[in-house]
Amino acid sequence: MKQPDRRSFLKIAGSSLGIGVLYSAYPAARAGGGTGGFFDSLGQANGEKVAPFSFIQLSDAHVGFNGPPDPLGTKAFERAVDMINGLPQRPDLVLFTGDLTHDTEDRDVHVQRMKQFQEISKRINVPVIKHVPGEHDAGLDGGALYREMFGDTHYSFDHRGVHFVALDNVTRAKPEVGVEQLAWLKKDLARFPKTAPIVVFTHRPLFDLRPDWEWFTSDGDDVMNVLSAYDNLTVLYGHIHRDDEHQTGSVHHYAARSLIFAFPDPIGATGQRKPMPFDKDHPFKNLGIRSVSFNGAPQPGSASLSIDDIELTAREFRGINGVQQLLRNPNV
Amino acid sequence: MTRMKLFRFTLTMVLCFSALALLTGATRPDAGDMPVIDITAKRFAFSPDKITLTKGKTVKLRIHSEDVTHGFFLRPLKLDEEIPAGQTIEVTVTPQQAGTFTLICDHFCGANHGNMNMTVAVE
Repeated sequence: MKQPDRRSFLKIAGSSLGIGVLYSAYPAARAGGGTGGFFDSLGQANGEKVAPFSFIQLSDAHVGFNGPPDPLGTKAFERAVDMINGLPQRPDLVLFTGDLTHDTEDRDVHVQRMKQFQEISKRINVPVIKHVPGEHDAGLDGGALYREMFGDTHYSFDHRGVHFVALDNVTRAKPEVGVEQLAWLKKDLARFPKTAPIVVFTHRPLFDLRPDWEWFTSDGDDVMNVLSAYDNLTVLYGHIHRDDEHQTGSVHHYAARSLIFAFPDPIGATGQRKPMPFDKDHPFKNLGIRSVSFNGAPQPGSASLSIDDIELTAREFRGINGVQQLLRNPNV
Repeated sequence: MTRMKLFRFTLTMVLCFSALALLTGATRPDAGDMPVIDITAKRFAFSPDKITLTKGKTVKLRIHSEDVTHGFFLRPLKLDEEIPAGQTIEVTVTPQQAGTFTLICDHFCGANHGNMNMTVAVE
Protein backbone atom coordinates (compact mmCIF):
# COMPACT_ATOMS: atom_id res chain seq x y z
CA MET A 1 0.00 0.00 0.00
CA LYS A 2 1.44 3.34 -1.03
CA GLN A 3 1.46 6.27 1.38
CA PRO A 4 1.34 9.57 -0.53
CA ASP A 5 2.38 12.73 1.14
CA ARG A 6 -0.10 14.09 3.62
CA ARG A 7 0.01 17.52 2.11
CA SER A 8 -1.65 16.32 -1.08
CA PHE A 9 -5.02 17.93 -1.34
CA LEU A 10 -6.46 15.00 -3.22
CA LYS A 11 -8.34 12.39 -1.36
CA ILE A 12 -8.60 9.34 -3.50
CA ALA A 13 -11.31 7.66 -1.56
CA GLY A 14 -13.36 4.57 -1.50
CA SER A 15 -13.54 1.73 -3.98
CA SER A 16 -13.19 3.67 -7.10
CA LEU A 17 -14.00 2.71 -10.60
CA GLY A 18 -12.56 -0.34 -12.21
CA ILE A 19 -10.30 0.78 -14.90
CA GLY A 20 -9.89 4.45 -14.32
CA VAL A 21 -9.03 6.30 -11.20
CA LEU A 22 -11.49 8.06 -8.94
CA TYR A 23 -10.39 11.09 -7.08
CA SER A 24 -12.09 13.09 -4.44
CA ALA A 25 -11.02 16.60 -3.72
CA TYR A 26 -11.75 16.78 -0.04
CA PRO A 27 -8.81 18.45 1.46
CA ALA A 28 -7.98 20.10 4.70
CA ALA A 29 -10.72 22.64 4.06
CA ARG A 30 -13.28 20.33 5.64
CA ALA A 31 -10.91 18.82 8.16
CA GLY A 32 -10.21 22.24 9.51
CA GLY A 33 -6.67 22.33 8.32
CA GLY A 34 -4.61 25.40 7.62
CA THR A 35 -5.73 25.73 4.03
CA GLY A 36 -9.40 25.97 4.96
CA GLY A 37 -9.32 29.74 4.87
CA PHE A 38 -7.62 29.69 1.51
CA PHE A 39 -10.36 27.59 -0.06
CA ASP A 40 -12.97 30.03 1.16
CA SER A 41 -11.10 32.97 -0.31
CA LEU A 42 -10.46 31.12 -3.57
CA GLY A 43 -14.14 30.40 -3.87
CA GLN A 44 -14.90 34.08 -3.31
CA ALA A 45 -12.25 35.05 -5.88
CA ASN A 46 -13.46 32.85 -8.73
CA GLY A 47 -17.12 32.86 -7.88
CA GLU A 48 -17.28 29.15 -7.15
CA LYS A 49 -18.29 27.68 -3.90
CA VAL A 50 -15.54 25.42 -2.66
CA ALA A 51 -16.96 22.02 -1.91
CA PRO A 52 -15.69 18.48 -1.93
CA PHE A 53 -16.10 16.57 -5.16
CA SER A 54 -14.86 13.51 -6.94
CA PHE A 55 -13.56 13.04 -10.43
CA ILE A 56 -12.23 10.28 -12.61
CA GLN A 57 -9.17 9.80 -14.72
CA LEU A 58 -9.35 7.51 -17.75
CA SER A 59 -6.52 6.99 -20.17
CA ASP A 60 -5.29 5.35 -23.37
CA ALA A 61 -8.51 3.99 -24.84
CA HIS A 62 -6.77 3.62 -28.22
CA VAL A 63 -10.09 3.37 -30.05
CA GLY A 64 -9.37 1.69 -33.36
CA PHE A 65 -6.78 -0.72 -31.99
CA ASN A 66 -7.77 -4.36 -32.29
CA GLY A 67 -4.71 -6.27 -31.16
CA PRO A 68 -2.55 -8.15 -30.76
CA PRO A 69 -2.31 -8.50 -27.87
CA ASP A 70 -5.75 -7.22 -26.89
CA PRO A 71 -8.52 -8.47 -29.19
CA LEU A 72 -11.29 -6.76 -27.24
CA GLY A 73 -11.33 -3.43 -29.01
CA THR A 74 -13.41 -0.98 -27.01
CA LYS A 75 -14.84 -3.49 -24.49
CA ALA A 76 -12.75 -2.26 -21.58
CA PHE A 77 -13.58 1.35 -22.40
CA GLU A 78 -17.28 0.53 -22.55
CA ARG A 79 -16.99 -1.39 -19.29
CA ALA A 80 -15.41 1.69 -17.70
CA VAL A 81 -18.34 3.79 -18.90
CA ASP A 82 -20.83 1.38 -17.32
CA MET A 83 -18.93 1.37 -14.05
CA ILE A 84 -18.77 5.15 -13.88
CA ASN A 85 -22.50 5.34 -14.51
CA GLY A 86 -23.07 2.79 -11.76
CA LEU A 87 -21.19 4.68 -9.08
CA PRO A 88 -23.33 5.53 -6.05
CA GLN A 89 -22.18 9.12 -6.14
CA ARG A 90 -21.83 10.69 -9.55
CA PRO A 91 -18.40 12.23 -10.14
CA ASP A 92 -18.29 15.84 -11.23
CA LEU A 93 -15.95 15.34 -14.12
CA VAL A 94 -13.87 12.93 -16.16
CA LEU A 95 -10.36 13.64 -17.41
CA PHE A 96 -9.00 11.65 -20.33
CA THR A 97 -5.19 11.70 -20.36
CA GLY A 98 -4.55 11.01 -24.01
CA ASP A 99 -4.35 8.35 -26.70
CA LEU A 100 -8.09 8.50 -27.05
CA THR A 101 -7.64 6.84 -30.43
CA HIS A 102 -5.04 4.70 -32.11
CA ASP A 103 -3.07 6.43 -34.83
CA THR A 104 -3.58 5.94 -38.56
CA GLU A 105 -2.28 7.83 -41.55
CA ASP A 106 -5.69 7.71 -43.19
CA ARG A 107 -7.45 10.90 -42.13
CA ASP A 108 -10.93 9.55 -42.80
CA VAL A 109 -10.25 6.48 -40.67
CA HIS A 110 -8.90 8.66 -37.89
CA VAL A 111 -12.00 10.84 -38.02
CA GLN A 112 -14.15 7.72 -37.64
CA ARG A 113 -12.08 6.57 -34.66
CA MET A 114 -12.43 9.94 -32.98
CA LYS A 115 -16.17 9.90 -33.61
CA GLN A 116 -16.41 6.41 -32.14
CA PHE A 117 -14.52 7.62 -29.07
CA GLN A 118 -16.94 10.51 -28.71
CA GLU A 119 -19.96 8.23 -29.10
CA ILE A 120 -18.73 5.97 -26.29
CA SER A 121 -17.68 8.77 -23.97
CA LYS A 122 -20.97 10.57 -24.55
CA ARG A 123 -22.63 7.71 -22.67
CA ILE A 124 -20.79 8.72 -19.50
CA ASN A 125 -23.35 10.33 -17.26
CA VAL A 126 -21.02 13.03 -15.97
CA PRO A 127 -21.54 16.72 -16.72
CA VAL A 128 -17.97 17.65 -17.59
CA ILE A 129 -15.54 15.65 -19.71
CA LYS A 130 -12.11 17.02 -20.55
CA HIS A 131 -9.31 15.63 -22.69
CA VAL A 132 -5.69 16.01 -23.60
CA PRO A 133 -4.30 14.30 -26.71
CA GLY A 134 -1.77 11.52 -26.82
CA GLU A 135 0.84 11.07 -29.53
CA HIS A 136 -1.45 8.57 -31.26
CA ASP A 137 -4.12 11.29 -31.49
CA ALA A 138 -1.94 14.19 -32.51
CA GLY A 139 1.66 13.20 -33.16
CA LEU A 140 1.45 12.70 -36.93
CA ASP A 141 -0.31 15.93 -37.93
CA GLY A 142 0.71 18.30 -35.15
CA GLY A 143 -2.73 18.01 -33.56
CA ALA A 144 -4.68 19.49 -36.50
CA LEU A 145 -7.42 16.84 -36.55
CA TYR A 146 -7.56 16.64 -32.76
CA ARG A 147 -8.20 20.39 -32.52
CA GLU A 148 -10.94 20.08 -35.10
CA MET A 149 -12.66 17.28 -33.19
CA PHE A 150 -11.90 18.04 -29.55
CA GLY A 151 -10.62 21.61 -29.25
CA ASP A 152 -7.52 23.06 -27.70
CA THR A 153 -4.67 20.79 -26.78
CA HIS A 154 -3.68 22.89 -23.78
CA TYR A 155 -5.98 25.00 -21.60
CA SER A 156 -7.05 25.47 -18.02
CA PHE A 157 -10.25 25.71 -16.05
CA ASP A 158 -11.45 25.93 -12.47
CA HIS A 159 -13.83 23.62 -10.68
CA ARG A 160 -15.02 24.01 -7.10
CA GLY A 161 -11.91 25.90 -6.11
CA VAL A 162 -9.44 23.57 -7.81
CA HIS A 163 -7.46 24.78 -10.81
CA PHE A 164 -7.06 22.23 -13.60
CA VAL A 165 -4.36 22.56 -16.26
CA ALA A 166 -4.36 20.51 -19.44
CA LEU A 167 -0.78 20.28 -20.67
CA ASP A 168 0.15 19.11 -24.16
CA ASN A 169 3.41 17.20 -24.55
CA VAL A 170 2.58 15.37 -27.78
CA THR A 171 1.62 17.68 -30.67
CA ARG A 172 5.18 18.77 -31.33
CA ALA A 173 5.73 15.08 -32.27
CA LYS A 174 8.65 15.02 -29.89
CA PRO A 175 7.96 14.49 -26.19
CA GLU A 176 8.12 18.12 -25.15
CA VAL A 177 5.94 20.97 -24.02
CA GLY A 178 7.83 23.68 -25.85
CA VAL A 179 8.83 27.22 -25.06
CA GLU A 180 5.55 28.89 -25.98
CA GLN A 181 3.39 26.57 -23.91
CA LEU A 182 5.83 26.81 -21.01
CA ALA A 183 5.43 30.58 -21.07
CA TRP A 184 1.64 30.16 -21.13
CA LEU A 185 1.86 27.77 -18.16
CA LYS A 186 3.89 30.22 -16.08
CA LYS A 187 1.46 33.03 -16.84
CA ASP A 188 -1.56 30.84 -16.14
CA LEU A 189 -0.30 29.66 -12.75
CA ALA A 190 1.07 33.05 -11.71
CA ARG A 191 -2.50 34.06 -10.87
CA PHE A 192 -2.57 31.63 -7.95
CA PRO A 193 -0.86 31.56 -4.57
CA LYS A 194 1.59 28.76 -3.93
CA THR A 195 -0.89 26.94 -1.72
CA ALA A 196 -3.55 26.74 -4.44
CA PRO A 197 -4.89 23.25 -5.16
CA ILE A 198 -3.87 22.46 -8.73
CA VAL A 199 -4.25 19.39 -10.92
CA VAL A 200 -2.15 19.16 -14.06
CA PHE A 201 -3.26 16.48 -16.49
CA THR A 202 -1.13 15.50 -19.44
CA HIS A 203 -0.21 12.45 -21.49
CA ARG A 204 3.50 11.67 -21.10
CA PRO A 205 5.35 11.60 -17.77
CA LEU A 206 6.97 14.92 -16.95
CA PHE A 207 10.03 13.17 -15.51
CA ASP A 208 12.47 10.56 -16.81
CA LEU A 209 10.59 7.38 -16.03
CA ARG A 210 12.07 5.27 -18.83
CA PRO A 211 13.60 7.46 -21.57
CA ASP A 212 14.58 4.55 -23.81
CA TRP A 213 10.89 3.63 -23.96
CA GLU A 214 10.07 7.29 -24.62
CA TRP A 215 8.49 7.57 -21.18
CA PHE A 216 9.67 11.11 -20.52
CA THR A 217 9.27 14.73 -21.55
CA SER A 218 12.48 16.28 -22.81
CA ASP A 219 11.77 19.69 -21.26
CA GLY A 220 10.14 18.09 -18.23
CA ASP A 221 12.71 19.70 -15.92
CA ASP A 222 11.68 23.14 -17.15
CA VAL A 223 8.03 22.27 -16.57
CA MET A 224 8.73 20.94 -13.10
CA ASN A 225 10.64 24.10 -12.23
CA VAL A 226 7.36 25.92 -12.77
CA LEU A 227 5.11 23.35 -11.09
CA SER A 228 7.27 22.70 -8.06
CA ALA A 229 6.67 26.23 -6.81
CA TYR A 230 3.19 25.09 -5.75
CA ASP A 231 2.61 23.12 -2.56
CA ASN A 232 -0.64 21.38 -3.50
CA LEU A 233 -0.05 20.36 -7.09
CA THR A 234 -0.71 16.90 -8.48
CA VAL A 235 0.10 15.61 -11.94
CA LEU A 236 -2.08 12.99 -13.60
CA TYR A 237 -0.85 11.31 -16.74
CA GLY A 238 -1.20 8.26 -18.97
CA HIS A 239 0.96 6.90 -21.80
CA ILE A 240 2.62 4.10 -19.84
CA HIS A 241 -0.44 1.82 -19.65
CA ARG A 242 0.07 1.01 -16.00
CA ASP A 243 -0.44 2.68 -12.68
CA ASP A 244 2.53 4.38 -11.17
CA GLU A 245 3.27 6.92 -8.50
CA HIS A 246 6.27 9.22 -8.38
CA GLN A 247 7.21 12.26 -6.36
CA THR A 248 9.41 15.18 -7.32
CA GLY A 249 9.69 17.58 -4.42
CA SER A 250 6.16 18.30 -3.29
CA VAL A 251 4.58 17.24 -6.57
CA HIS A 252 2.98 13.81 -6.88
CA HIS A 253 2.64 12.21 -10.30
CA TYR A 254 0.01 9.52 -10.80
CA ALA A 255 -0.21 7.41 -13.94
CA ALA A 256 -3.43 5.64 -14.84
CA ARG A 257 -3.84 2.22 -16.35
CA SER A 258 -5.02 2.03 -19.92
CA LEU A 259 -8.26 0.84 -21.40
CA ILE A 260 -6.58 -1.43 -23.96
CA PHE A 261 -3.52 -3.38 -22.71
CA ALA A 262 -0.76 -3.04 -20.16
CA PHE A 263 2.98 -2.51 -20.38
CA PRO A 264 5.40 -4.17 -17.95
CA ASP A 265 7.02 -2.57 -14.96
CA PRO A 266 9.74 -0.28 -16.32
CA ILE A 267 11.97 -0.97 -13.33
CA GLY A 268 14.26 -3.83 -14.18
CA ALA A 269 12.70 -4.64 -17.56
CA THR A 270 15.25 -4.93 -20.35
CA GLY A 271 15.00 -4.68 -24.08
CA GLN A 272 12.07 -3.49 -26.13
CA ARG A 273 8.89 -2.19 -24.62
CA LYS A 274 6.34 -4.91 -25.31
CA PRO A 275 2.69 -5.18 -24.23
CA MET A 276 1.92 -7.73 -21.59
CA PRO A 277 0.31 -10.85 -23.04
CA PHE A 278 -3.46 -11.04 -23.28
CA ASP A 279 -5.04 -13.52 -20.89
CA LYS A 280 -8.26 -14.82 -22.40
CA ASP A 281 -9.33 -16.20 -19.01
CA HIS A 282 -8.89 -12.77 -17.42
CA PRO A 283 -9.54 -10.31 -20.23
CA PHE A 284 -9.34 -7.21 -18.08
CA LYS A 285 -6.16 -8.29 -16.31
CA ASN A 286 -3.94 -5.34 -15.43
CA LEU A 287 -6.82 -2.99 -16.12
CA GLY A 288 -7.86 -2.91 -12.52
CA ILE A 289 -9.27 -0.67 -9.86
CA ARG A 290 -7.36 1.92 -7.92
CA SER A 291 -8.80 2.77 -4.53
CA VAL A 292 -7.12 5.43 -2.48
CA SER A 293 -8.40 6.03 1.04
CA PHE A 294 -8.15 9.07 3.22
CA ASN A 295 -7.02 8.13 6.72
CA GLY A 296 -8.94 10.80 8.57
CA ALA A 297 -7.78 14.31 9.36
CA PRO A 298 -4.09 14.86 8.68
CA GLN A 299 -1.87 14.68 11.71
CA PRO A 300 1.65 16.08 11.83
CA GLY A 301 4.09 13.54 10.49
CA SER A 302 1.47 11.05 9.36
CA ALA A 303 0.27 10.19 5.92
CA SER A 304 -3.35 10.98 5.15
CA LEU A 305 -3.76 9.06 1.93
CA SER A 306 -3.30 5.42 1.05
CA ILE A 307 -3.75 3.60 -2.23
CA ASP A 308 -5.12 0.13 -2.89
CA ASP A 309 -4.88 -1.36 -6.36
CA ILE A 310 -7.59 -3.90 -7.07
CA GLU A 311 -7.54 -5.82 -10.30
CA LEU A 312 -10.78 -5.86 -12.20
CA THR A 313 -12.10 -9.16 -13.42
CA ALA A 314 -15.11 -9.54 -15.63
CA ARG A 315 -16.37 -12.36 -13.42
CA GLU A 316 -17.10 -9.94 -10.61
CA PHE A 317 -19.90 -8.54 -12.62
CA ARG A 318 -21.38 -11.41 -14.55
CA GLY A 319 -20.57 -14.62 -12.74
CA ILE A 320 -18.94 -16.35 -15.69
CA ASN A 321 -15.32 -16.41 -16.57
CA GLY A 322 -13.07 -14.52 -18.76
CA VAL A 323 -13.39 -13.57 -22.35
CA GLN A 324 -16.25 -15.99 -22.95
CA GLN A 325 -18.71 -13.69 -21.29
CA LEU A 326 -17.59 -10.87 -23.45
CA LEU A 327 -17.94 -12.93 -26.59
CA ARG A 328 -21.26 -14.36 -25.48
CA ASN A 329 -22.73 -11.05 -24.43
CA PRO A 330 -21.51 -8.02 -26.34
CA ASN A 331 -23.36 -5.81 -23.89
CA VAL A 332 -21.12 -6.78 -20.95
CA MET B 1 51.37 -12.66 -61.95
CA THR B 2 51.70 -9.89 -64.51
CA ARG B 3 51.57 -6.27 -63.42
CA MET B 4 48.15 -5.81 -65.03
CA LYS B 5 46.76 -8.84 -63.27
CA LEU B 6 48.22 -7.69 -59.97
CA PHE B 7 46.69 -4.25 -60.47
CA ARG B 8 43.29 -5.72 -61.24
CA PHE B 9 43.50 -8.05 -58.25
CA THR B 10 44.44 -5.23 -55.91
CA LEU B 11 41.68 -2.99 -57.28
CA THR B 12 39.14 -5.77 -56.86
CA MET B 13 40.20 -6.40 -53.27
CA VAL B 14 40.01 -2.69 -52.44
CA LEU B 15 36.54 -2.41 -53.94
CA CYS B 16 35.35 -5.51 -52.11
CA PHE B 17 36.62 -4.36 -48.74
CA SER B 18 35.20 -0.86 -49.25
CA ALA B 19 31.80 -2.32 -50.07
CA LEU B 20 32.03 -4.56 -47.03
CA ALA B 21 32.91 -1.61 -44.83
CA LEU B 22 29.99 0.40 -46.20
CA LEU B 23 27.54 -2.43 -45.67
CA THR B 24 28.63 -3.06 -42.10
CA GLY B 25 28.52 0.62 -41.19
CA ALA B 26 32.19 0.74 -40.42
CA THR B 27 33.71 4.11 -39.80
CA ARG B 28 35.73 5.77 -42.41
CA PRO B 29 37.70 8.94 -42.16
CA ASP B 30 36.45 12.05 -43.86
CA ALA B 31 38.65 14.70 -45.33
CA GLY B 32 39.58 15.87 -41.83
CA ASP B 33 40.43 12.35 -40.55
CA MET B 34 37.32 12.30 -38.36
CA PRO B 35 35.61 8.95 -38.49
CA VAL B 36 32.14 9.00 -40.03
CA ILE B 37 29.37 6.57 -39.31
CA ASP B 38 26.50 6.38 -41.77
CA ILE B 39 23.11 5.59 -40.28
CA THR B 40 19.79 5.14 -42.03
CA ALA B 41 16.45 5.85 -40.39
CA LYS B 42 13.37 4.26 -41.87
CA ARG B 43 10.12 3.27 -40.21
CA PHE B 44 10.61 1.67 -37.77
CA ALA B 45 14.32 0.95 -37.39
CA PHE B 46 17.78 2.45 -37.54
CA SER B 47 20.39 0.71 -39.63
CA PRO B 48 22.81 -0.36 -38.32
CA ASP B 49 21.01 -1.09 -35.11
CA LYS B 50 24.22 -0.89 -33.09
CA ILE B 51 27.27 1.34 -33.27
CA THR B 52 30.38 1.37 -31.14
CA LEU B 53 32.16 4.56 -30.16
CA THR B 54 35.29 5.30 -28.16
CA LYS B 55 35.21 7.44 -25.06
CA GLY B 56 36.85 10.80 -25.69
CA LYS B 57 37.09 10.26 -29.45
CA THR B 58 35.06 12.52 -31.72
CA VAL B 59 33.07 10.88 -34.46
CA LYS B 60 30.68 12.25 -37.06
CA LEU B 61 27.29 10.62 -37.38
CA ARG B 62 25.65 11.05 -40.76
CA ILE B 63 21.99 10.12 -40.50
CA HIS B 64 19.68 9.82 -43.49
CA SER B 65 15.91 9.47 -43.35
CA GLU B 66 14.56 7.28 -46.08
CA ASP B 67 10.98 8.26 -45.43
CA VAL B 68 9.45 10.56 -42.80
CA THR B 69 10.89 12.86 -40.16
CA HIS B 70 12.65 10.92 -37.43
CA GLY B 71 14.14 11.89 -34.11
CA PHE B 72 17.62 10.96 -32.90
CA PHE B 73 17.75 11.24 -29.13
CA LEU B 74 20.20 10.04 -26.50
CA ARG B 75 20.51 12.28 -23.48
CA PRO B 76 23.80 10.87 -22.00
CA LEU B 77 25.59 11.73 -25.27
CA LYS B 78 23.70 15.02 -25.68
CA LEU B 79 22.18 13.84 -28.94
CA ASP B 80 18.86 15.51 -29.73
CA GLU B 81 18.35 15.88 -33.45
CA GLU B 82 15.65 15.69 -36.06
CA ILE B 83 16.19 14.18 -39.46
CA PRO B 84 13.68 15.79 -41.87
CA ALA B 85 11.89 13.48 -44.26
CA GLY B 86 14.18 12.26 -47.02
CA GLN B 87 17.11 14.35 -45.82
CA THR B 88 20.52 13.79 -44.26
CA ILE B 89 21.99 15.50 -41.26
CA GLU B 90 25.43 15.34 -39.70
CA VAL B 91 26.23 15.60 -36.03
CA THR B 92 29.53 15.20 -34.23
CA VAL B 93 29.73 13.54 -30.85
CA THR B 94 32.54 13.02 -28.36
CA PRO B 95 31.35 10.51 -25.77
CA GLN B 96 32.41 11.41 -22.24
CA GLN B 97 31.26 8.25 -20.53
CA ALA B 98 31.56 4.58 -21.31
CA GLY B 99 28.56 2.33 -21.28
CA THR B 100 25.80 0.87 -23.38
CA PHE B 101 22.96 3.20 -24.23
CA THR B 102 19.69 3.09 -26.16
CA LEU B 103 19.18 5.86 -28.67
CA ILE B 104 15.57 6.39 -29.70
CA CYS B 105 13.54 8.00 -32.41
CA ASP B 106 11.63 10.58 -30.40
CA HIS B 107 9.68 12.10 -33.27
CA PHE B 108 6.41 10.17 -33.47
CA CYS B 109 6.47 8.46 -36.82
CA GLY B 110 3.67 5.89 -36.65
CA ALA B 111 2.36 2.80 -34.93
CA ASN B 112 5.64 1.06 -34.13
CA HIS B 113 7.52 4.23 -33.35
CA GLY B 114 7.83 3.22 -29.70
CA ASN B 115 10.38 0.52 -30.49
CA MET B 116 12.48 2.42 -33.03
CA ASN B 117 15.85 2.53 -31.36
CA MET B 118 19.50 1.58 -31.68
CA THR B 119 22.25 0.53 -29.29
CA VAL B 120 25.19 2.86 -28.81
CA ALA B 121 28.13 1.17 -27.10
CA VAL B 122 30.87 3.45 -25.81
CA GLU B 123 34.12 1.70 -24.93
